Amino acid sequence: MDGLQPLIYDIGAPGRVGVNLPEPDVPEAELPTELLRDDLPLPEVGELQVVRHFVKLSHLNYSIDKGFYPLGSCTMKYNPKLNEDAARLPGFAQLHPLIEETGAQGALYLMYELQRWLGEISGFEAVSLTPAAGAQGEFAGILMIRNYHLDQGEGQRDIILVPNSAHGTNPATVTMAGMRVRELPSNDQGNVDLDSLRAACQGELRDQIAGMMITVPSTLGLFESTIHDVIDIVHEAGGLMYMDGANMNALMAVVKPGELDFDVMHYNLHKTFSTPHGGGGPGSGAVGVNAKLKDYLPGPIVDIIEEEDESGAPLYGYVMPGKSIGRIKAFQGNFGMHLRAYAYIRVYGDTGIRDVTRYAVLNANYLRAKLMQTYKLPYPRYCGHEFVLEGHFDEVEEVHALDISKRLMDYGFHPPTNYFPLIVPEALLIEPTETEVKEDLDAFVEAMESIAEEARTDPELLLNAPHSAPVRRLDEVRAVKELILCCAAAVPAAGD
Amino acid sequence: MGEWKTPADLKYAETDEWFAVDGDVVTIGITDYAQDQLNDIVYVEFKDPGDSVDAGDSFGEVESVKAASELYSAVAGEIIEVNAALEDSPEVVNADAFGAGWMVKIRTDDLSVLADMMDAAAYDAYCDSR
Repeated sequence: MDGLQPLIYDIGAPGRVGVNLPEPDVPEAELPTELLRDDLPLPEVGELQVVRHFVKLSHLNYSIDKGFYPLGSCTMKYNPKLNEDAARLPGFAQLHPLIEETGAQGALYLMYELQRWLGEISGFEAVSLTPAAGAQGEFAGILMIRNYHLDQGEGQRDIILVPNSAHGTNPATVTMAGMRVRELPSNDQGNVDLDSLRAACQGELRDQIAGMMITVPSTLGLFESTIHDVIDIVHEAGGLMYMDGANMNALMAVVKPGELDFDVMHYNLHKTFSTPHGGGGPGSGAVGVNAKLKDYLPGPIVDIIEEEDESGAPLYGYVMPGKSIGRIKAFQGNFGMHLRAYAYIRVYGDTGIRDVTRYAVLNANYLRAKLMQTYKLPYPRYCGHEFVLEGHFDEVEEVHALDISKRLMDYGFHPPTNYFPLIVPEALLIEPTETEVKEDLDAFVEAMESIAEEARTDPELLLNAPHSAPVRRLDEVRAVKELILCCAAAVPAAGD
Repeated sequence: MGEWKTPADLKYAETDEWFAVDGDVVTIGITDYAQDQLNDIVYVEFKDPGDSVDAGDSFGEVESVKAASELYSAVAGEIIEVNAALEDSPEVVNADAFGAGWMVKIRTDDLSVLADMMDAAAYDAYCDSR
C-alpha cells in the first residue's frame, strides 16, 4: 500500500485548526437538547495539512491532463480550460435556476443557440437539453417513441430491436421504459445481420416492432455500412429509429443522422463536446428529433416567446412541447455543461468541428494500422474514432486483455476499455480522440509493442502488473462481493 | 480446441446453457465453456420457484467481473426449484458448472424442443468456431 494516503480523519489531532473564527456578533441561541449530539467526528487539521493531503491525493489520480487516456467508448478528449473560464463567469455561475426568464436572457439565449447548433450538427429539427446524461437521453428517446405509437393507436408496438454489440444502457433503457428487447446478431463485418433484421421486421412480430436502437459507428468503432438498409427495413415495418449518439465524435459535420432518416438520437455533451466526465461529471445527454417526434420532446425547451421588434431583442423563454413526455430533470438540465459545450462549439466553428472528427478518425486509424501488426484485429476494416483489438496471444494462453491493460499502467498510460464490446473475446477497445499528437500516439504504440514482447518472454511481468501504480493488482471478485462503501466505524448500524 | 468439459449426456443451447432431463423435470445451468469465458462469477439472480417461463425466455441472469448475461430456458414450464446456494457462493458455477453449479429445475410437459438442440460434439464444434 506504499504511496497511499491515510484518511484525513487519521491525520488530525485535537485543537488543530485551519481558520480562526471571529467571536460571534449575534446572541447565541439555545437549541433543543434532542437536536444536539455529544460528538461530531470531524478531522481537526491545519490548513497546510489539508493542502498537502489533497495535493498528494491529486498526484495519485490519473487524468487526461496528465497523460494519454485511450478508454474506448468514453471519448476522453481534452477539456479545454476556456470552457471552465466560461462556466465561471459570474453572470452564469451565480444565476439562480428559479430566476424569472426576463432576468436570465443571456443564459436562455445560450441554450437556444446550443439547441440550434446541435440540431444543425446532427440534422435534427428540434433539440431538448434537459436529459442529465446519456442514459437519460436514451430513456427520453424511447419514451417519445412509445408515446408516438400510443398516439397512433398502435400501443401494441413494444419491441425495440438492439444489436448484440450495443452499449448495455440500450437494453436497460428499453426495459426501464416498459418495453421489450429483441437482440440482433452481428455479421462477420461487424454490421447488423440484415437477414435477422428482416426476419424480425417482416415476420409475425411485424406489428409489434416499436423501433430499433443502434449506435453509429457501432461500439466496434465501425461505420454501419448498410445503415440505409437497416433504417428502411425498420421504417417499413412501422418502427422508429433511435440513434445512440455516443460515438458522434466520428461523425460531426461529416454525417448527419437526421439526414440518414433517424427519428431521434441523444448526444453526450460530456464526450463529444468536451464537457468533463471524470469523477462523475455531471454528464449531459441532450436529445434531438425529427418533425415526427418534435412535439414529444422532454421540456422545458428554450424558444423565442416574443419576436424581436423596434424596442429590441427577442424575448427567450421556456416552452413545454405540446405532447411532451414531461420533465425528466429538475430545472433546465445540467446548465453548466450546456455552457461548456456552447463554448467548445463556438471556439471550433463549423469547419473546426469537422476537423475534430477528421483528426479523431485519423488518430484511431493510425493506431489501428500500427497495432494490427502486433495484435489481432478481429474486424480488418477502416475504423471510425475507435477500434477493437483482441488482447491475447495464441502462443501465451495465460495472458489476457486485463493483464495487458494492467501492464500499460506501468508504462504510464491509462488502459483501454476491457471486455467490451462483448462480442469480441478479450476485447481491448482503443479510442485515442483527436486531441493527441503523433509523438504521444507513437509512445503508446511502443508500449503496446513492448508488452506484446514481454508477454512472450516474461509473461509474469504482465500477470503481476501493475508494478508501479499506487496499489498493485486489485482483487476484483472480492471488491464486488464484499462491498464496503463507508468507513464502518463512522456509520452506525441500521436500526441504531 | 480449447480445454473445457462437455458432458456427453446433456443437451446444449447456443446461448451456452446445458439441459439435463429427468422425467418431466429439466435441470439447467451454464456450460464450462461459458463460465470460463465469463471469468469470475460474482452474482446470480433467478426467477422464483412457481414462476413460469416460455421457451426462449430468460430465467435469470449471471454477472461476472467481465460481463452480465441473461440466462435462457429452451423449455417452457414452471420453475420448481432454484439453486439458492449460488446466491451466496456464485463462484461454485466456476468451480463445478455441471454439478453443484446447477441453476434451476423446470417442470415441463414438452420435451420435444430438446431433440433439436446440440449434443456434446455439436456444442464443442460450435465453441471451437467462436
